[in-house]
Amino acid sequence: MPVADEDNKRAAHQALVQRVLNAPATTTPEQRARAFDNDGVPAQLQPLIDKVVTQPAQVSDTDFADAKASGYTEDELFELVVCAVVGQSARLYDAGLAALARAADDGDAG
Amino acid sequence: MRLDILNHGYGRGAKLLFAVVRVFSGHPMPDAARLVFYRPGFYGDVAKAFTHEAMRGPSAWTVAERELMAAYISKVNDSAFCVSAHSATAGQAYQDGAKVQAVLADVDSAPIGEPLRATLRMLGKLTREADVSAEDMREVLAAGVSRQQVRDALAVCAAFNTTGRLGDALGFELLSTEGFAAGAKYLLKRGYR
Repeated sequence: MPVADEDNKRAAHQALVQRVLNAPATTTPEQRARAFDNDGVPAQLQPLIDKVVTQPAQVSDTDFADAKASGYTEDELFELVVCAVVGQSARLYDAGLAALARAADDGDAG
Repeated sequence: MRLDILNHGYGRGAKLLFAVVRVFSGHPMPDAARLVFYRPGFYGDVAKAFTHEAMRGPSAWTVAERELMAAYISKVNDSAFCVSAHSATAGQAYQDGAKVQAVLADVDSAPIGEPLRATLRMLGKLTREADVSAEDMREVLAAGVSRQQVRDALAVCAAFNTTGRLGDALGFELLSTEGFAAGAKYLLKRGYR
């Protein structure tokens, strides 16, 4: 029963989450948390962050140009886009594990 | 890539590595590989560790199956770079590119086993809808997938909803067929570290 492996994968993802939210960076942890949650993002950044989360293939050069024109530096945008992406991946991971736990609660199938 | 810092903002060591890779492989270093060298203490180091663990760490899923999951998740997200990169890697791992293309064309009729098919369907729904139900999971378990395998597949899903979304958002440049094949060979030999 490779429980340790499951812990390793989950732990490695949690390390990624903690790093992008809390590592020293040009944006504040509060800014990064908002991008991570896709909630409370400043209006000039919302179109870019929301596309990253909901329809990443639709992100365009214009989305970045607009964000830069509103005063964000490239490093700030790098950090906030990474946080938005990792936030969405974390929500998917959590939702999958929660559904698995509910399925297991209802009957031991594996 | 859409941010100039990701095209030109690397340290001297990384730039030298990119040049060496280009000379010896005959292909440019893929943007997905370059990205993790930009401020690695913020994203790259931990991202590589997680992706390697998900894709190459111990699992009842084979490397070929995990690469196929990566390609399938990328297809659902319409992530052009990762579809090509991981179709090539899965195709080489299976030594059967047609099987991979069949899965991407229609998972319901593709020539794969039911445990993998049920898992791909679940990963597709999770990626598309950002949620799955207990009933969805029960269908996967009923197909013969262990709970540990589900957890492992969810790690692959998290990894490729990270890399693929970044590829789309940041504008990873597509490679030639030969370039993707060379990248696939590298990923099968060295993994993601």
